[in-house]
Amino acid sequence: MSRPAGELPVWVDVLLIPLLNIGLAFLVSGMVIVAIGENPLEAVRLMVYGAFGYDEAIGYTLYYTTNFIFTGLAVAVAFHAGLFNIGGEGQAYIGGLGLGLVCLATDQTLPFTVILPLMILFSALFGMLWALVPGYLQAYRGSHVVITTIMFNFIASALMVYLMVNVLIEPGNMSPESRSFAESAWIPSLHGLLAMTGIAVTPSPANVALLWALICCIFVWLFIWHSRWGYAIRTVGANESAARYAGINNRRVVVLTMCLSGALAGFVALNEIGGVHHRLLLNFTAGYGFTGIAVSLMGRNHPVGIVLASLLFGALYQGGAELAFEVPTITRDLVVVIQGLVILFSGALAYMLRPLFERIWLRLSLPEAVATDA
Amino acid sequence: MNRESSQAVAPAVEMLGVCKRFGPVRANLDVNLTVTPGHVHGIVGENGAGKSTLMSILFGYYEADQGELRVDGQRRTIASPSDAIKAGIGMVHQHFMLVENLTVLENVMLGAEGGWHLQRGRQQVREALSRLEQDYGLEVDPDARIDELAVGLRQRVEILKALYRGARILILDEPTSVLTPQETAKLFDILGALKQQGVTTLLITHKLREIMTVTDRVSVMRGGRLVADRDTANTSRAELAELMVGRKVLLTLDKAPATPGEEALIVNAVSHVDRHGVSRVDRVSFALRQGEILGVAGVSGNGQSELLEVLAGMLPVSSGRFSLPGIEVTAARPTDPARLRSLGLAHVPEDRQRCGMVGSFAAAETAILGHQAQPAFNGRLLSRGRAIRAHCAQLMSGFDVRPPNPLLRSAAFSGGNQQKLILAREMETRPRVLLVGQPTRGVDIGAIEFIHRKLVALRDAGAGILLVSVELEEILSLSDRILVMFEGRIVGEVTASEADEQQLGLMMANAHTPNTDAMGLA
Repeated sequence: MSRPAGELPVWVDVLLIPLLNIGLAFLVSGMVIVAIGENPLEAVRLMVYGAFGYDEAIGYTLYYTTNFIFTGLAVAVAFHAGLFNIGGEGQAYIGGLGLGLVCLATDQTLPFTVILPLMILFSALFGMLWALVPGYLQAYRGSHVVITTIMFNFIASALMVYLMVNVLIEPGNMSPESRSFAESAWIPSLHGLLAMTGIAVTPSPANVALLWALICCIFVWLFIWHSRWGYAIRTVGANESAARYAGINNRRVVVLTMCLSGALAGFVALNEIGGVHHRLLLNFTAGYGFTGIAVSLMGRNHPVGIVLASLLFGALYQGGAELAFEVPTITRDLVVVIQGLVILFSGALAYMLRPLFERIWLRLSLPEAVATDA
Repeated sequence: MNRESSQAVAPAVEMLGVCKRFGPVRANLDVNLTVTPGHVHGIVGENGAGKSTLMSILFGYYEADQGELRVDGQRRTIASPSDAIKAGIGMVHQHFMLVENLTVLENVMLGAEGGWHLQRGRQQVREALSRLEQDYGLEVDPDARIDELAVGLRQRVEILKALYRGARILILDEPTSVLTPQETAKLFDILGALKQQGVTTLLITHKLREIMTVTDRVSVMRGGRLVADRDTANTSRAELAELMVGRKVLLTLDKAPATPGEEALIVNAVSHVDRHGVSRVDRVSFALRQGEILGVAGVSGNGQSELLEVLAGMLPVSSGRFSLPGIEVTAARPTDPARLRSLGLAHVPEDRQRCGMVGSFAAAETAILGHQAQPAFNGRLLSRGRAIRAHCAQLMSGFDVRPPNPLLRSAAFSGGNQQKLILAREMETRPRVLLVGQPTRGVDIGAIEFIHRKLVALRDAGAGILLVSVELEEILSLSDRILVMFEGRIVGEVTASEADEQQLGLMMANAHTPNTDAMGLA
């Protein structure tokens, strides 16, 4: 009797219902595809093939996955303290600024082994800074973090445009981009690493930032569930008066949690700027910060769930692009619709099926209990 | 039409062979209940005995797996609350189902608006309310907003809601758990008026005193079964308690006289002004000695809760000072709960759900709330899960917490077991000063006895205990000295051996203040 009467078993909650939600999303997507006169099964085949069918596709999928892990973790950490960090997008953007500045300053002089820790440090610091201000305003001034983080997304965007157009642009370049970093500031690609061990794979943007993302998952798991600071964060998130009773400084916890959340979002820059573009440019965050909210919701704010949800969204991004390329009538916009449906069903409507399953579970468990007792 | 010839009047409610399970839990097992019309019928039992489930079946929240339901002699299928309302059954919940920013009138009308044109419905309700007021003495201003009303009045609105919907059978679920003694007395007057008008009342409670004062007949539940039916006139509290628990229960507490030691907590003219500028605690002074239980009596809402929170460091001191060995707290030198805890002060909060625990946490995590930073539970970076679970298991065995499973979610324990876990956590540190608020609120009889004995044992081990409770009985049986609070001030002090309920009741209502001078502000 380890759970109260009528409560669903864990596997239904964390596995079956999310899978059914995705199934529903694909069902509705299928109907849309039928409506425009294409074969939905063929579309699914193309999408799966496009995401996992060959080594380059897998590389792209993992590259997208990396971004989603970082932004998903950022949302999840804040969520455990009862905070809804909508600002992952801006924090990632400013994290990119930090990383870009440190690379531009050191790539000519320092070796890679020194630059890499600096890149990690500065993307985290800048992302942290961008979350610190909303966190402080929430804790000490009562401005709601949802509002301030959204505003900070806009401020980040405007600031980056200003800096790229007026300050950091490479002289002589027509588009607002910085100069390329020297190779000593490139985060190694996975295909490059595999080539060193003698395995030849097609080049793709997947890079070592993925490993850092997985390390962050372990760190978040240990920090949230197995440290006294995580305990404080979860207490504040679950029951603020109990936190006050326990002598936990709620305000400090709010600020610290937002800082950690911002740092995790800032790591998107490692993957995008350090691993792929190798120069500072505009709009490299491309909505990953917002999708992180859906990833975290779907992954139930747990690192394992977030990795799985990130993989799904990575596959949707990559497979969707492939699908749009292969089938002319399925445009890029329709792929966005499919992604939107997945977000809708697994995020916004995540609990739609739950009451149904609770009823079924109750029915199922009744006769069995009567039988054992009679 | 199914009237049984042997009885002149069909029973108002008959439940025959009712069974209900939730997964592996047998909530009700072959329950047979017969309620005579016009009776006040008590249903007593410990938490988890199946009282609430049985009433939920009657009101249509759950459907019974087996069994038959008859209302006024007619067989009924009640699959939803609206079926129950149609059958003339109304329910007043322990936690009120009212919309706080609507008026009394609007709340009564809610769900029975009588068409899209509200004005006509409003008029109807207004007339009906004044009629009900005359018949039952249920006075409430129909235009008052719910959030302006005291708890006792809100409960009246709930009763009015049920009566307006034509209820002839009224289920009251733990109706007095939120009421002051005075409000309770008024509620019982109302029950009397309802009875005169032929309304049948089912009263769920675990307070035996109430059963003895107000009911005609009482059914006792234990472990999902209905174990006994008694005419109230032919039974006693002791018998009912024994039936509920299944063994003999001591209703009075044996304790040795206190041997007070040195002063452990000195409170000197402490005030707390809330953010609306109201003095919740007003120049309170007293000294708590080691080895004594100092009770604070008062009608709920007279500053006792705030006094506890101020002394625990959760609310700031606005003026005055209090001191424990090692610290003096004033408005200029505030403190926090963690610091006070480290100086040997423990606190069992009044509202365990709100403050004392985190429902979604495993019991082991709730068992270190407030002690989460202690070296015993933490390595250099990570917390020591095994030590935390072992600590919880030890607390559970010492305080008989059931089930003794440190990994079970805190919210899944019954109220009594949650409270025992919290008490264990706070008493295990061998505090010099223990602040306790409502130690037995919502706790079943067996656990009350246990908790009281533990508190006395801690006192005998030399702790000073400040006990706040709205249960006068509890204050009287536990305390060595009693302070009475009224509107934030201490209006009297009596020695427990000389106190009686009547005298305290008068002091709580500030009608009689014998010793105010002795309480002089230092």
